[in-house]
Parts: sequence; structure tokens; C-alpha cells
Amino acid sequence: MKINYCDALVIGGGLAGLRAAVAAQKKELSTIVLSLVPVKRSHSAAAQGGMQASLGNSKMSDGDNEDLHFADTVKGSDWGCDQEVARMFVHTAPKAIRELAGWGVPWTRVREGSREAVINAKKTTITEDADRHGLIMSRDFGGTKKWRTCYTADATGHTMLFGVANEALKHDVDIRDRKEALSLIHEDNRCYGAIVRDLITGELEAYVAKGTCIATGGYGRVFKQTTNAVICEGIGAAIALETGVATLGNMEAVQFHPTPIVPSGILLTEGCRGDGGILRDVDGHRFMPDYEPEKKELASRDVVSRRMIEHIRNGKGVPSPYGDHIWLDISILGREHIEKNLRDVQEICQIFNGIDPADEGKKGWAPVLPMQHYSMGGIRTKPTGESQKLNGLFVCGEASCWDMHGFNRLGGNSVSETVVAGMIVGNYFADYCITNDVVIGTKTVQKFLDAQDTYIDEILAYEGPEDIFRIKNRMQNLMDEKVGIFRDGVRLAEAVNELEELLIKTKQINVKSKERVGNPELEEAYRVPRMLKVALCVAKGARERTESRGAHYREDHLKRDDANWLNRTLTSWPNPSDTLPTITYEELDIMTMEMPPAFRGYGAKGMIIENELSEKRQAVVDEITEKMQAEGKDRHEIQDALMPFSLPMNYREKNERVGDL
Amino acid sequence: MSIEKGREITISVLKFNPRSKVSKPHFVDYKLEETPGMTLFIALMKIREEYDPDLSFDFVCRAGICGSCGMVVNGKPALACRTLIANYPTGNLQLMPMPAFELIKDLSVNTGKWMDAMSKRVESWIVDNGEENDITKLEERVDPDVADATFELDRCIECGICVASCGTKLMRPDFVGPVGLNRVARFEVDPHDKRTAEDFYELIGDDDGIFGCMSLLACEDHCPKHLPLQNKIAYLRRKLVALR
Repeated sequence: MKINYCDALVIGGGLAGLRAAVAAQKKELSTIVLSLVPVKRSHSAAAQGGMQASLGNSKMSDGDNEDLHFADTVKGSDWGCDQEVARMFVHTAPKAIRELAGWGVPWTRVREGSREAVINAKKTTITEDADRHGLIMSRDFGGTKKWRTCYTADATGHTMLFGVANEALKHDVDIRDRKEALSLIHEDNRCYGAIVRDLITGELEAYVAKGTCIATGGYGRVFKQTTNAVICEGIGAAIALETGVATLGNMEAVQFHPTPIVPSGILLTEGCRGDGGILRDVDGHRFMPDYEPEKKELASRDVVSRRMIEHIRNGKGVPSPYGDHIWLDISILGREHIEKNLRDVQEICQIFNGIDPADEGKKGWAPVLPMQHYSMGGIRTKPTGESQKLNGLFVCGEASCWDMHGFNRLGGNSVSETVVAGMIVGNYFADYCITNDVVIGTKTVQKFLDAQDTYIDEILAYEGPEDIFRIKNRMQNLMDEKVGIFRDGVRLAEAVNELEELLIKTKQINVKSKERVGNPELEEAYRVPRMLKVALCVAKGARERTESRGAHYREDHLKRDDANWLNRTLTSWPNPSDTLPTITYEELDIMTMEMPPAFRGYGAKGMIIENELSEKRQAVVDEITEKMQAEGKDRHEIQDALMPFSLPMNYREKNERVGDL
Repeated sequence: MSIEKGREITISVLKFNPRSKVSKPHFVDYKLEETPGMTLFIALMKIREEYDPDLSFDFVCRAGICGSCGMVVNGKPALACRTLIANYPTGNLQLMPMPAFELIKDLSVNTGKWMDAMSKRVESWIVDNGEENDITKLEERVDPDVADATFELDRCIECGICVASCGTKLMRPDFVGPVGLNRVARFEVDPHDKRTAEDFYELIGDDDGIFGCMSLLACEDHCPKHLPLQNKIAYLRRKLVALR
């Protein structure tokens, strides 16, 4: 048996994992990053539009601060998030972006003087002050009070990923790609690393570490229509689930992005609408103001996606061989703007659809339709990023349910979360690795390795009639049809039943090549059962949750039910022989919230079943705020009195802004 | 986009598993029906699912953003995910793995290993003056044009297509490649990086670096990101040759 020992093991080499690895390496821990693919190819690279951080540099973001970012994030989450974590996040985001600037991310900068912009489909002149020249610029995104999304054209994730990956190389982090974690090594509720398969040689090895950090991204590929990369299969969440100890949180909270292009599903960034692009129907009519008079195209993603489908159901979709779609019109922004700030979008439209979106009029409109985009759910953690149940297992980025997104994530908050969680969780993770030793016997490690070895032999020996690719396709179609944007109890129950059948069928396949090396079908054969377990957590969680909150929308339970459902779904898989997950719930405590539940400010009104504590807590918040304001206390002191939070390193210090100087 | 029956296409793939004792390089032809908007990503996934579950290739983003899927298509290196079948009038596509990189299996090559070595060789990171960047304070100002110029060169996705098309690389196995030279040009323009021309000379001032390039320019011809490789390599060479 080959055992690799290190202090800190990071599984997943996207933005979150790499940033956490840098944190560990900087604390002089021997740190290994394992990645399915060369790390610069991770799905983080596909983030286009930008990263939210309340710098408040540009004209349209002037006056922005942590409080506004916090409020937007909580409203966006439909009050499903952990407010303490949201606070930790908004307070660290400005530091994260400034750190990245120092690491070479070429953020688009403020240019003094006047420029033309399109706001609400009208040309408007914006003038930037001279004292802001050269500071980091920001653009508008959905669900935000200020223009807060910082960017590098529409390749933000790419430049961030290269910046952080290069920094990891600079600090000599040991990065090993084409490695896949098959299971976690654990004993007495503590995690000690992973059993890993080399995707080139097929060899199994053990990685034993003082602490393990999962940063493997989301589970979008359990759906058919998704913007996610083909590697986003939720395997990180699945191997945590398969410990029988760790829990997953809010797996039913799945975001559908309004504007992937049809039919390829490649994302056209929210920056298209943030920069002034609009949605049109079959008649060329701009319909969003009819539904959302205030926020229009820039309501939160869950709301815009539902309105688009609603409008299509009203007969206003554009027919095509791939079903009905909506038009995205960015031609009104002008060719110059598109060729500078939305260049990848233009390329995607040209290459995959033969459309130049800068062409004026209908010719330049791109066909779009909401598709799966982001996984709010993930491995449930404490605010430090450590699993609530499995000690020594940390999780950051999309793989986690940390939980700053609740039931809907705001655009620009995901790449932001990756690096911010990489900093915060990465440092707590490093501290854990400093203070805890490896105390696991090699015999136990061998047992975990043998289990995976035997499992692969078993798979190769299956001689059933089923086909693993067909099972996977059926799962994906099922998730789209019955666990998608609009959900109801009947179809969710059907989905759970059929997914369970599919999970059983994964043992009745026949892998054609019996090679253990370079055998893509074998890889599908051990991944798909794990994906099905994740899909079952999503579907069963959705079936049980009889309310509508954020992206989870039940047509048979239209209201957000704060009286009964202000909680977090926790799923676990106690026995390997189970065919369904076990569900429990974690209550959210209104009386400790800084912002008690209320109306989001967009979406349909009068759709909340109130919790009586909301009003009570609001009265307390108001009283404390008024009293402290009268005493001349500043916003930081008031916030601290309402809901204290702590951070590692110097991240708790105040953020300087040019407007305060 | 029509829904009538598509034409029959033939995808011919070079298969070889260097880790197998019995495998020999050979072409396998797959015949399938073209669907509207079909890319090589869609075609290869279909082949694996329906005809040959043993066929190895690499895709991640399938949107031309991650640089995973470089391969040689009818003799020219290209990103498979952005290759539209409709652009090939004969309907015959021959696929081979990119040269210059270690072959893993079939169409899968180890670009990651090569790019990591390149990154370490050109020290592909910000070298500052060692002072701790106080991230609680206002960021350093950067002229918007300079930020844009840095971004322009930062768009490289390390797909390896420039290396696979490079004539110099064929003659000089240790050539740092257009991607490496572009990386140096990127840090040279970045105001956060404090390295001097002299420092860059130490990294690439030889025939395996900036003076090796024969200016054949297939790199720029094939770069899927349309990076200005010709101009930047010429600029670096002028700048560095002036030092000695």
C-alpha cells in the first residue's frame, strides 16, 4: 500500500481549494492539493461576470459598505442563510479582492471622466471623479443595492484562478492533478485523509493528513441542462455523505441561471443584464418590467428564471427545434462595449450559434433559457468551515453548505465566496492541522484502501443487462423534468422513487472493458452511484420541504413558510446498504438574527407565512439600533451589539474606503 | 437549426494506450449522424456512450474557456469543444492527440504537467518587493489602460495549441514555447511585478527561450484566444537583446 503523508490535504484545485492550500502552506504546513484536472482548468475559470466586494470606488457604487452587501445577501438567500457566516463573508470580501490585486489579477479599473452606459434600456452618462481614477471598478448585477461586482471583462474567474494558482506555485504547494478521491479515511468521527485513484495509472493510494479540506465544487451534472463543467458531479459531497457521519445541508437548494444559451447550455454572464441587456419575448417585447416593475431584469436569479418560464407558459416563448426560449438582447449596449467588456459572450454566441450579439436589432439576439447553474447545498459545516459531525473535515466553496447563500445565491457572490472561504476556512483548517496529530493505525488505512480496491473489482465483475451511460442520462433527465425550477409533491415523489430504482440498477450493469487503467466506462460506473445518492438528497429534500423559498419553488406550496420551515435540511446516509438518505432538520434562530425575516423587495408580494418571532426580533433590533445611534455609536459598534462575529488573521479589521478618507 | 435528418459523418480517431503491452497506434472510424450545431464535444461524448466506452479524451468546460480539449483536427491543432462539424464540408474528421506533450491515452495528453513546469521555469507569479500587502487599506492604483493591457495577455488558457503548432519546439525539445514567452510578457507589463528586464533575461535569455523562436507564427495562427503572440515575442526579443 502506498501511503502519502502530509499535514494538510486539500481535495479540489479550484479557487477555494487553492486559496485554502496557500493559507495552510503559509503557516508552514506540508500541503498537498489533489485535483481531477490540471488546476487551471477547474470550473472556477468559467465564472464570467465578476466578484462582489463592497469597495465603493466607482460612481454607481459610491456609499457601498458591508452592511448593504450583507442585507442584499440575506434577502437574496430568502432568509435561508446563516447570517453570522454572511457577515464573516461580506467583511472579508474587500480584503480578498485587494489581496488578489496584489497577486496580479488585472481588475478593470475606474477611469476618470464621462462615459455612456445603458441603464433601464436608456443611454445614460456616468462621470467618474478624479480621486477614484485607477481604483477597482464594479458593474451592476442582480439583487444588489449598489454596483458591487468587480470584474476583468467577462473572464473574471479565469484571471482569478490563474492569479491564485500562480500564487500556490510560488509558495511551492504540492499540486497533483488527475487524482480522484474515492472515499474519506475516518475513525471515531474524525477524518484522516482520503483513498485516491490516479486517473492516469489507475493505481489506488492513501493520503493521510492531520486535516482534510474538500473544495470540489457543486453537483450541477446531476441535471441534464446545466452550465456546469462536466467534472461538477458532486463527488466531494458524495464521499462525505458515504462516511455515514458527515451531513449535507439544503441539497434541494439549486439555482437555475436565467441566461444560458440554447441549446449548448453555455452560460452568458449576468453581466449581460448588469451592463444593461434586456430580455425579449416572441413579439420582441421587453416583458420583465411587466412582472418586476422595480428590479426588472435585475431581480434575483430565482425570480428572473421563474418569470421567464411563466412568460413562456403564457404562450410568449420563441419556438425552436429545442423547445421554446427567450431572447437576450445586448445589441443595445453597442459594439464597442460588447467587444471590450463582453468579449467571451460574443465569442460564445458566434462560435456555438453563429450569432454576433453586437449586430443591431433582432439579428443580434441570443436564444436563452434558464438551466441549472449553482448548488447552494453542500457539505454542512460550522462557521469555521469544519463539518458539524466529522472532525478534521473542512469544506469551502461551492462544495460546502457554510451557509452564506441560503436558498438563492446572488450573482457575483460565488467566486467571491471561493476566495473568501479559502481565506477564512483555510486559516481555521490550517490551525486545526497545527494543533492535531495523526493518530490512526495503518491497518485502518489499509482497510479503507482495500474496500475501494474490492469495490472496483466488484464493478468489473458485474454481468447485468443495464448500461451505466443510460442510467446517468435517465437520472439527468429526471432531475430536469421533476426536480427543476417548478416543483410539486407528486412529481418529486415520482423522482425519488425512480432515482432509488436507478441506484439499485447501478449494480446490474456490465462494464465492457475489464481494464483497470484508462477505462472511462469504469469511471462512470463508480461515479454514477455516488451522483445518484446526491440526486436523491436533492429530490427527497425537495419533496419534504412543503414551502417555496428562494430557488426552491413548490407549485403546491406557493408561500415561504417562516412558521414551519425556517430551517436547514440535513441529509445523511447512515448505512451503506440504504437506498434513501435520512433527513433531519436544523432550526434557524430568529432571535439571534441581525436581520429578521421580511419581504425581499422583489418577487410576488403577500407570499409569506410569518413567524411571530420575526416581529419580536425586529423590535429588539430597532430598539438597540435607536438607543446606540442616540449614544453616537457608529455602524460597526451597532452591528457588533446585534450579532457579534469573529474572523481569523487580521480579517476582522475595518476595510478602508476612498469615500471615508 | 433544422430537425430533418442530418448527414452521415465519419470521425476517425487515433487510438493508443502507451501503458498497455498489447496496444498499438491505430485509427478507428466511427460513423454517426450529424445533429444541428454538433461540436466535437457532442460527437465524442456520443461515440463514448454509444460506440466505444473505452475512448479517452479530455473535456471540462466544453465552452472554450478551460483549455482542456486541444487535439489535432485534420492536421491542425484546435479546441475540440469549439470545433463545429458543420464547418467540415466532407464530413470526414481525423483526430489525433497533440504532439509535444506526453500521451496519456488516445486523445488525452498531459498538458498540465508541461504547463506546471513552464510556470515554474518562467516564475509565473508576481515577484514584488517583499513588503506585506496591507489588505485592509486601499488597493494600489493602476492605470486603466495598463490593467487592460495586462488582462489582454492574461487571457491565455494554457491549452497547449501554440506549443503543438510550434516549429521551434520540434527542433528544441526544451523550448519554453509561445505560452511561456507570453507569460513573461504578461508579468513584464504588470505594475505589481517588480522584476526588471535583466531578471527576465535570466529566465528566458537563451535559445530555449526568447532567442530560439524562428517566427514561423503558427502559434498566433492557431491560438484560440487570438493572443498577440507575434508582437509580444518580437517586443520581448528587442528588449532583451538590447541588454547584451
